[in-house]
Amino acid sequence: MTPHPAIELAGIDKSFGAVHANKNINLTVAKGSIHGIIGENGAGKSTLMSILYGFYQADRGEIRIDGKPITIRDSQTAIASGIGMVHQHFMLVENFTVLENVMLGAEGGQLLAKGVAGARKELKRLEAEYGLDVDPDAIIEELPVGKQQRVEILKALYRGAEILILDEPTGVLTPAEADHLFRILKVLRDQGKTILLITHKLREIMAITDEVSVMRRGEMVATRKTAETTVEELAELMVGRRVLLRVEKGEAQPGKVLLSVKNLTVKDSRGVTMVDDVSFDVREGEILGIAGVAGNGQSELLEAIAGIRKPTSGEILIDGQPVAGLDPARLRELGLAHIPEDRHHMGLVLKFEEYENSVLGYHRDPRYGRGALLDLDAIRKDAEEKIAKYDIRPPNPRLKTANFSGGNQQKIVVAREIERDPKMLIIGQPTRGVDIGAIEFIHRRIVEMRDAQKAVLLVSVELDEIRSLSDRIIVMFAGKVVGEATPDAGEQALGMMMAGAV
Amino acid sequence: MDYFDIFVSILGSTIRLSIPLIFTALAGLFSERAGIVDIGLEGKMLAAAFAAACLAYVSGSAWIGLLGGIGISIGFSMIHGFASITNRGNQIVSGVALNFIAAGLTIVLGQAWFSQGGRTPGLTGDARFSPIILPGADFMRDVPIVGPLYANVISGNNILTYLAFAAVPLSWWILYRTRFGLRLRAVGENPAAVDTAGISVSWLRFRALIVTGILGGFAGAYLAIAQSAAFINNMSAGKGYIALAALIFAKWKPVPVMLACLLFGFLDAVANFMQGKSIPMIGEVPVQIFQALPYVLTCILLAGFIGIAHPPKAGGVPYVKER
Repeated sequence: MTPHPAIELAGIDKSFGAVHANKNINLTVAKGSIHGIIGENGAGKSTLMSILYGFYQADRGEIRIDGKPITIRDSQTAIASGIGMVHQHFMLVENFTVLENVMLGAEGGQLLAKGVAGARKELKRLEAEYGLDVDPDAIIEELPVGKQQRVEILKALYRGAEILILDEPTGVLTPAEADHLFRILKVLRDQGKTILLITHKLREIMAITDEVSVMRRGEMVATRKTAETTVEELAELMVGRRVLLRVEKGEAQPGKVLLSVKNLTVKDSRGVTMVDDVSFDVREGEILGIAGVAGNGQSELLEAIAGIRKPTSGEILIDGQPVAGLDPARLRELGLAHIPEDRHHMGLVLKFEEYENSVLGYHRDPRYGRGALLDLDAIRKDAEEKIAKYDIRPPNPRLKTANFSGGNQQKIVVAREIERDPKMLIIGQPTRGVDIGAIEFIHRRIVEMRDAQKAVLLVSVELDEIRSLSDRIIVMFAGKVVGEATPDAGEQALGMMMAGAV
Repeated sequence: MDYFDIFVSILGSTIRLSIPLIFTALAGLFSERAGIVDIGLEGKMLAAAFAAACLAYVSGSAWIGLLGGIGISIGFSMIHGFASITNRGNQIVSGVALNFIAAGLTIVLGQAWFSQGGRTPGLTGDARFSPIILPGADFMRDVPIVGPLYANVISGNNILTYLAFAAVPLSWWILYRTRFGLRLRAVGENPAAVDTAGISVSWLRFRALIVTGILGGFAGAYLAIAQSAAFINNMSAGKGYIALAALIFAKWKPVPVMLACLLFGFLDAVANFMQGKSIPMIGEVPVQIFQALPYVLTCILLAGFIGIAHPPKAGGVPYVKER
């Protein structure tokens, strides 16, 4: 007799208004396995997991845990059924201790005193059993993210979770931390826990899952044994056609130095040095990639070059002319276009209509109006042209920007900056939260800019992206440039530099 | 009057002036640690003072007056909760609205019911809380130094004064030693963490507001039926705002809240004492300087000169489930 599967979903269906987020989903997850769920943004992975964790109710369908049909009305039911969730954005109280966070919601009585002793003992046991070592009295905000994530896992295990759902768990981790996480997950599996791993990173799926299910536009399109599939097959299943994971591009023809950074130092508002004596050049006709784990000074570097943040010392030269300290509008006039890292906070005003965002920052251009008045017809016509050229969907310049998907929002920003035909382009995280179709499109545009002899500076935390686009790579760690490499350098070598190990 | 007598007298009035601040600041503590900004403390105190005075007058019992004050204050709290938790409205707007309602309604109803220009009739006997003489106070009076302090500062206060000081360690114990307190502090920092732990954010915040209502009721009752013997127009006179300042000054912690309230009460007592008196060499000091000091001190604190005051992170932000 075979044991019941840990999770069975049968005919799960969920709609939000006109959006059909999950269509007749069937899924079987074997007990004691690591099961990956992969799909583009908006494919319905998160909705499905939210149904499993009780945030949403399915419109139709059945959930069986250990063979028993159950109705998961809220998170409490999910927890009671042995389901634990590690959210992409940690659900931790930052000024609480590890112990307090683990106990929250499972205190074991009106008074804390009794529960505390029990929780301490249980944490010790979990540490011994799974190698999840965290100091129970440490304050969360003082822990590195890798450890914070461990606290999330401990929270789930403390509540007796047999099934662990991890939503994009490696997005915030260094390669070393991610490896550590994978080791922990394997131990958990070997001890009989069932793990559901949601990700869009094919490499992770290949590295640690036993089985993988692919979602596309709300449907479960395939389930494969990981050992019997390939990255190419999974990628194709995700987007429904063959995609180029490698960017096709010819040899770079670098010309003269266009953008030059010399001994640049930038401090943040707390006075902490974020960029420390950084120097590099970007030539016409080349893409310089800056690799690094998020938070190692790349953001501040970009902001300093774009004129948003004042450098503490050092020089920035455009065409040999010092520009440090100039404001962003002046820099745009000098031919510097900037696609910011965070389109929601810096790239777009989400409450504006699409056409308004399509000229934001360039609205003083005489093409778009005279004096204090804007020529709305001209702006809308211009927006329509960009929409057509960049295949922005839905093709409606009067739609509120917040209602576009992530990929289409990013295309609005990319179109605005590239269509100005700048001399230099600086880009942060060009494809964060963007679906594969749009990634391909944006990557091609970036390479086209290079081929048109523009200077391109690219910052991304996605190593694959850096390696496939860049002609040269520099690596930042703790605010310093710690190494330079060519795109064919091994992933491991780059990973070591990113972790500051070289 | 020698200096020691002056000191004892100022200390005595410091206590009396601090009590409404302590109750109100603790009320604000529970609300704000749960992530609900409460600028409406002033209104709660005023409405509770009015209700307490009316009910004490009608019933002749200070305790019924107190219950009435607590009831109306909880009612105000629940309206604030309905606006800002259930309907996710702006917490400042809701709080300010309640302040206006309290300021207007107390005068209108007071005039309509008692026709004394918005005042309520004077209370006597059991209709107000009278001073309690602690055992041995008269006997101790003649002991040097300790005697006058015991007789005039520690003894001779009404029951609400002692309850206010008892409420401080009790609040601390609730916040740091009970499940309710742990969850309350968590919901003020990261409601999403509370929600995903399977706890209702709304119900938790409403319970915090009930505690706020109870303490606000004590504050109001103290003003009308313990410190005074009637309700007077606008008798809270900005104490709700000073309490809010004390809360910030104390970095949202119970014992520092008490100390901050005592400090602000002391400044108020000094201001009262200095009225019409002149200091040698300097001359007459305007009392407004002392009255402004609590706000000035709070501004200095907020500007980062006395450490950093971190408010609860989720304060003022209505909780909306993500996704």
